[in-house]
Amino acid sequence: MAKRIDVSDLNIYYGNFLAVENVTVSIEPRSITALIGPSGCGKSTFLRSLNRMHEVIPGARVEGKVVMDGQDLYAPDVDPVDVRQHIGMVFQRPNPFPTMSIYDNVAAGIRLNNKKMKRADLDTLVERSLRGANLWNEVKDRLDRPGAGLSGGQQQRLCIARAIAIEPDVLLMDEPCSALDPISTLAIEDLMTELKERFTIVIVTHNMQQAARVSEQTGFFNLSGVGQPGRLIEFNSTEKIFSNPDEKATEDYISGRFG
Amino acid sequence: MTATRTPSDPAAGRTVRRRGDRVFAGSAKGAGILILVILAGVAAFLVAEALPAVTAPGEDIPGGEGLGAYIGPLLFGTLLAAVIALLVATPLAVAIALFIAYYAPRRLAQGLGYVVDLLAAIPSIVYGFWGIYWLAPRLVPFYEWLERNLGFVPFFAGPTSATGRTMLTAGLVLAVMILPIISAISREVFLQVPALHREAALALGATRWEMIRMAVLPYGRSGVIGGAMLGLGRALGETMAIALVLSVSGGITVNLISSGNPSTIAANVALEFPESSGVDVNTLIASGLALFVITFAVNMLARWIVNRRADFSGAN
Ligand SMILES: Nc1ncnc2c1ncn2[C@@H]1O[C@H](COP(=O)(O)OP(=O)(O)OP(=O)(O)O)[C@@H](O)[C@H]1O
Ligand SMILES: [Mg+2]
Repeated sequence: MAKRIDVSDLNIYYGNFLAVENVTVSIEPRSITALIGPSGCGKSTFLRSLNRMHEVIPGARVEGKVVMDGQDLYAPDVDPVDVRQHIGMVFQRPNPFPTMSIYDNVAAGIRLNNKKMKRADLDTLVERSLRGANLWNEVKDRLDRPGAGLSGGQQQRLCIARAIAIEPDVLLMDEPCSALDPISTLAIEDLMTELKERFTIVIVTHNMQQAARVSEQTGFFNLSGVGQPGRLIEFNSTEKIFSNPDEKATEDYISGRFG
Repeated sequence: MTATRTPSDPAAGRTVRRRGDRVFAGSAKGAGILILVILAGVAAFLVAEALPAVTAPGEDIPGGEGLGAYIGPLLFGTLLAAVIALLVATPLAVAIALFIAYYAPRRLAQGLGYVVDLLAAIPSIVYGFWGIYWLAPRLVPFYEWLERNLGFVPFFAGPTSATGRTMLTAGLVLAVMILPIISAISREVFLQVPALHREAALALGATRWEMIRMAVLPYGRSGVIGGAMLGLGRALGETMAIALVLSVSGGITVNLISSGNPSTIAANVALEFPESSGVDVNTLIASGLALFVITFAVNMLARWIVNRRADFSGAN
């Protein structure tokens, strides 16, 4: 069940360092939202604040609101563990659990929520998730082998399978293709286009073509200098961002005329 | 490729290597060989000195019933004390390590880690005195309780030793002694679990404890086993603490709380050696050889356990 996310006046800190300032944005359900911008401008930081992964870093905190379907995710009575069950995440570097088999990697999240699931049901879910991540055919004969034995692109799809196995509402992806070859990248882009039927997807990418190819909306982050907080400079439909952006900085960035 | 190579080709048969590499490889190899030579020397010494005891007629061995009857109970006592120590210390050490690595506030964690490391620096004779004068008397009421309520279990059959200097006490003292090494090593491997894997678990909606079970414990498993084996090695070879704490009389028994306990090999050597001569010395050395073999076997076993699932170790 895809859901929308409304962020208002979000300030994100690492200790006393304000990393991202004053972000207000609405993320549409059943669509792909891309976040672009130069290194260090706070894209990952912002993304991680959407599922409360930000606060696992000591001293890290946020101010402001992140509302998903009417519920403020940072309300005092909200458990971050619940938030993360509903908002899944795929990381920049593929990170399957090295001590688990392919099967167990996919089943890991399911087992957390539903301890007593029957083996047959679990098998079905694992297969469905692996098919959903376009990985089933490549691994169906070696489900009991370690996940770390797959290629980088396969590992990343395994991580996607693991994330979608628990049927989150939203899928956050932080540069999911940056460690992959062009073919694996295309495979994952195709996958994202399929997945957006079911999930709200937010993706951070340094690859402009990728943002242009897959996303409906694009947000451009920038920062005015070292030590300054990152800001969301422009948020618009992808088409507009890449053809006729409102902000000069956006245009400079996407056309490569950037500092 | 080989066809064009002439005998004068300097690269023939070997690759070009920098001098630093060669020096390092040489000294590493030297150190490795040195260890093997020392080990072989010790083994040869033990075998040579143990041989007279093996060939001697049974009635010349202390106890008068042959070498097997002499070493058997000692071996049993050694293993029993060490196993008790390991069973008690490992879970505790892992818990302490997890607390330090993932639960304690940073300041407390540092202090606690320091204190645990300090425990390792206490000489074993101090543990021995602590065991006799402090721990043993305080355990007596507990042993009496065990005898009354769990007396049907062979371990706690009693009668309870009045001094508390029992096999269980010895095992507990050993447990305290090996706790620091196991927990220090566990702590290090737990801290080395990549943030990537911990975050993978958290991002799936794992609680902190679930994250530890999913990502930290499996990753640290071989390290914990390694630490436990180092601890076991220390427990098997521990001499002074056992010699002081354990009240020895009698042979093989699983009764842990009575005053009749088999001794351990190392403690027995320490206690008997000053009084021994002739074939008695050879007998003690033969028991030392048995300890050497056991320790070796335990280490092989640990290695096998660690390697059994090497594919899944995460070391790649
Ligand atoms: N764990 C951390 N502790 C303190 N500061 C951090 C931490 N992680 C990131 N920062 C800082 O926050 C700012 C934003 O970093 P972030 O990783 O979000 O950038 P990014 O846009 O994702 O960059 P990139 O494109 O290189 O991934 C940077 O100034 C960075 O130094
Ligand atoms: Mg980043």
